Amino acid sequence: MSVLDTTLDPQSADFRRNAGSMGTLVSDLRAKVATVELGGGERACTRHTERGKLLPRERVRQLLDVGTPFLELSQLAAHGMYGGDVAAAGIVTGIGRVSGRECVVVANDATVKGGSYFPITVKKHLRAQEIAAQNRLPCIYLVDSGGANLPSQDEVFPDREHFGRIFFNQANLSAAGIPQISVVMGSCTAGGAYVPAMSDESIIVRKQGTIFLAGPPLVKAATGEVVSAEDLGGADVHSRTSGVTDHYATDDAHALRIARRIVGNLNHVKRPQVELRQPAEPLLDPSGIHGVVPADARKPYDVREVIARVVDGSDLDEFKRLYGTTLVCGFAHVHGYPVGIVANNGILFSESALKGAHFIQLCAQRGIPLVFLQNITGFMVGSKYEAGGIAKDGAKMVTAVACARVPKFTFIIGGSFGAGNYGMCGRAYSPRFLWMWPNARISVMGGEQAASVLGQVKRDAMEARGETWPREEEERFKAPIREQYETQGHPYYASARLWDDGIIDPAQTRTVLGLGISAALNAPVEPTTFGVFRM
Amino acid sequence: MFDKILVANRGEIACRVIRTAQRMGIRTVAVFSDADEGARHVAMADEAYRIGPAPARESYLRADAIVEVAVKSGAQAVHPGYGFLSENAGFAEACAAAGVTFIGPPPAAIRAMGSKSAAKRIMAEAGVPLVPGYHGEDQSPDRLLGEAERIGWPVLVKATAGGGGKGMRAVPDAASFLAALAGAKREALSAFGDDRVLLERYLARPRHVEVQVFADTLGGAVHLFERDCSIQRRHQKVLEEAPAPGLAAATRAAMGRAAVAAARAIGYVGAGTVEFLLDEDGSFYFMEMNTRLQVEHPVTEMITGQDLVEWQLRVAAGEPLPATQEALSITGHAIEARVYAEDPSREFLPSIGRLDHLRPPRESTHVRIDTGVREGDEVSIHYDPMIAKLVVWDTSRAAAVRRLRTALGEYQVVGVTTNLAFLGAVAAHPAYQAADLDTRFIDRHRADLIGEPGAASDTVLAVACLDEILRRTADAERTARASADPHSPWNRTDGWRLNADSHHVFTFVDDGKLVRVVVHHRPGSMLLDLPGGKVEVRGSRNGLDEVVADVGGARVRATVVRSGADRVIMIHGRGHRLALHDPDAAEERDVGGGSLVAPMPGKVVVVLVEVGVEVKKGAPLLVLEAMKMEHTVVSPRDGKVSAVHFAPGAIVPEGAQLVALEQVPEEG
Repeated sequence: MSVLDTTLDPQSADFRRNAGSMGTLVSDLRAKVATVELGGGERACTRHTERGKLLPRERVRQLLDVGTPFLELSQLAAHGMYGGDVAAAGIVTGIGRVSGRECVVVANDATVKGGSYFPITVKKHLRAQEIAAQNRLPCIYLVDSGGANLPSQDEVFPDREHFGRIFFNQANLSAAGIPQISVVMGSCTAGGAYVPAMSDESIIVRKQGTIFLAGPPLVKAATGEVVSAEDLGGADVHSRTSGVTDHYATDDAHALRIARRIVGNLNHVKRPQVELRQPAEPLLDPSGIHGVVPADARKPYDVREVIARVVDGSDLDEFKRLYGTTLVCGFAHVHGYPVGIVANNGILFSESALKGAHFIQLCAQRGIPLVFLQNITGFMVGSKYEAGGIAKDGAKMVTAVACARVPKFTFIIGGSFGAGNYGMCGRAYSPRFLWMWPNARISVMGGEQAASVLGQVKRDAMEARGETWPREEEERFKAPIREQYETQGHPYYASARLWDDGIIDPAQTRTVLGLGISAALNAPVEPTTFGVFRM
Repeated sequence: MFDKILVANRGEIACRVIRTAQRMGIRTVAVFSDADEGARHVAMADEAYRIGPAPARESYLRADAIVEVAVKSGAQAVHPGYGFLSENAGFAEACAAAGVTFIGPPPAAIRAMGSKSAAKRIMAEAGVPLVPGYHGEDQSPDRLLGEAERIGWPVLVKATAGGGGKGMRAVPDAASFLAALAGAKREALSAFGDDRVLLERYLARPRHVEVQVFADTLGGAVHLFERDCSIQRRHQKVLEEAPAPGLAAATRAAMGRAAVAAARAIGYVGAGTVEFLLDEDGSFYFMEMNTRLQVEHPVTEMITGQDLVEWQLRVAAGEPLPATQEALSITGHAIEARVYAEDPSREFLPSIGRLDHLRPPRESTHVRIDTGVREGDEVSIHYDPMIAKLVVWDTSRAAAVRRLRTALGEYQVVGVTTNLAFLGAVAAHPAYQAADLDTRFIDRHRADLIGEPGAASDTVLAVACLDEILRRTADAERTARASADPHSPWNRTDGWRLNADSHHVFTFVDDGKLVRVVVHHRPGSMLLDLPGGKVEVRGSRNGLDEVVADVGGARVRATVVRSGADRVIMIHGRGHRLALHDPDAAEERDVGGGSLVAPMPGKVVVVLVEVGVEVKKGAPLLVLEAMKMEHTVVSPRDGKVSAVHFAPGAIVPEGAQLVALEQVPEEG
């Protein structure tokens, strides 16, 4: 037992200022999400519900076990893109419990551009399937989509990670024994028709769901046949005649109940391969994280104050506490699950990178899930450190992170810059989930550094040509760079492009992590083989 | 004293008698019908014998079978309870003939009081005051009308052999007399096999006050004061109390003397009750004498501290009365409420069913429950639907009424409709509290006492939702504990959402109407959208059925009993029934199935419909034989058959249209 203590006074001016600042960010986040939940807007929603259809989040709610959580993914997908009105990229994805089993749910939002697939929509759909594959979670597709967004066809159709990959994934997920279930609650046209057709079991809603390779207009154009959508590919056609669907539902709610029963019959037993403990709430209130994180991002703080508000009993058994102190490593439990925590507490030096690599090996060896609390400006620079081999020590950590096969969970709780992002299990290192706090920033380097580097390069070039560059002009040159980095490093920008799985309220870190670990434990923890560590 | 007695009854009175016998060290023999094999009185007795099928006339009214059991079991005496054979002189004689003591009056006394007109004659001779009336044998309508004119309007027509209000009519004037008389006679004939009637002056606001008397075989006779049984519906007592409120000491003494005189006049032995009508001016008139222990005897026991069943046993065993008149006195005030399985809003029709949930108030020196049923027992069509007698005692009437109201509020019955709310409404009524009693109390205040079972209140709905959520949470926790991932936050049931709030919708069926309640999950509580507005609710379960809820800041203690989809929410003794709407239960019926075309080639075996017939969805239309199997073709929807395309014997190809249905406009 080594219970973390706090040195912060919740009544102090600093703590309250921090809490106020984070509170503002969280409120803004919740407001943005609330807007996103309106989907395609009031009129579109009314039109949708007037047809007897449920809205996508209501479909999800009725699909899930009563009162159980829904861990929605990438709520701000497509935020600020495509003219700014493709809420959540027109698709609701997430993890929820159906008949006692954690499932990935993918629900088209027909109120958003008819549920059509923009490039980010495809990315979001594929990311949900990736999560299903990594964690062995059944997939339930609530289909209500007009298919690919035709104007963006070059960005959604031809490439490897485009529309076709959805069906490739369905086939291979099914092959891996991960159930694929479709509920056809609206259009399912052209390529979209393959979603139910490629599913293990499919349900269709009477007078709502239609499945066809070509819709009535295309049929008429091609063959002159005039046929209604219902007669061409409605529930009766597919449940009685074609056999494309297996279950006939009278309405959305009925279809969702059938889906619940299908999942209830999957005959799956979840056997977490970790030693569970009786969970305990942190001794320090998780919402206190708001007061821990300095309002001024440049101000350092002890990351243990965060860990103490996330882990069971605020209890952390630290590894190499006295060595490589800018990286905090230690064993803890979250909701009773064992975790190895790797948290930045300053710039990464060789020692901290070696410590991290060692600790990651321990967790991989022992099958303990890894949690990365990422707040890193980068590895230390300078001749002394280059000469000390920081590149190879950093590489050891990156190798360890890249190869570790235990479930990895990354939270970007502050800066995520440069190679620090790699060593701390950024998106490219396939953590099971990657979440950002609303105060986080992500870019190859800080805006100021980027502006300075580019300014220096330009100045050097100009000076080599014998030109002069007045300071004011340099400032004018640097300002837009800073601005660009600020915009592109913002969590909303990142989340819009699916560089993460979503932005979360820091106070929810413990819950989100617990849900993620529990979901991940649906897949066996695989043994790790590491690559060559450069010594 | 007897070593062993037989109790020739069932229900609460059988249990009541057995209790005293057990206290006195007397062994008991019960008898039971097929319907009562598992009844409480059977369980309580030392021995029990089956005496016949459920209908009373084939069991509890079978004197021969009961006497046979008495002899066989070696019982020395038979206690008849009330009702059934308790006032059957023939039974008393049969007991005597078999050498078994009948715990009750001599057969002659039973006979003397059995006919109302004979009883009145005897009482008149003994100087007991009678209501002005006519009790003659001449039953001609003209004579009766003449007598009615003499008595003065309004006049009451009663069956001579009657009881329980049957064959009884209050007639306001001469014009309506003959029709009323004919009706009374018809009823009397069918109920008692005797259409003779008597006439009496109809008192405007009479009270029903009766005196408990007791006489022994040694010539001793006392009274144990009176009971006021004015609260009646359809001439059946509902609430009884002792002593009678506001009765002058002189009147009490005069009534007591008259009652003892009445008992002596017929050579009475044992427990009896002399019923009087008490007029507003304090004069009282003999009505009838009941030659048995009364249902409402407990109120007398409560104010006198005596056990009347013990008195009966001692007197029957030849002992003198346990107390002299001088030794008897009144302490405090007692009220009895008869808790019935009946529906006050439907003319007190009996409510048949299983007592799914039965929690009487806790017994104490102030609260007594006489009952013959337990949770899980059935209230059947065969017998009186009484659930219990709730008896309260306190030092004053006002205090006793308070006790009564509290105890009624605590009484929990689910499975049958009860009169508990009605009893509570009577007890709460200002006129009742002011002891402004008369036999037409319920008729007069009916509007205040019998409310329509209105829609569920917001509080009831809130409690129902809370209970549902709490139970589901408990279920989820139980499931979680049994799983391999017991601590997973996926086990939460608080509707957790990322960066957003969530809700749940409950749909209840309340008296046939759907009521939708949206439950918004909040940290540690729920915000409910109820018909009356938004209310914050939190709470916890306390034991199996109880919910302690905070509904918009008001603390509510409720009991929620569920059977299937039904939920009965009881708050302060008032139960409200809701059903949780379960779409799963209804859905499969609604799913398409059925087709009008042949599913395979085959031979038509039989056509089950003809043109013009309306069919429901799922109705069989015709039977095909194919591959040596019969296959029934059912209607895919409601509709009218407009054509049948094949006759029996026809061979049909796959996909052949077999029957045509007229297109009916579809809803929505």
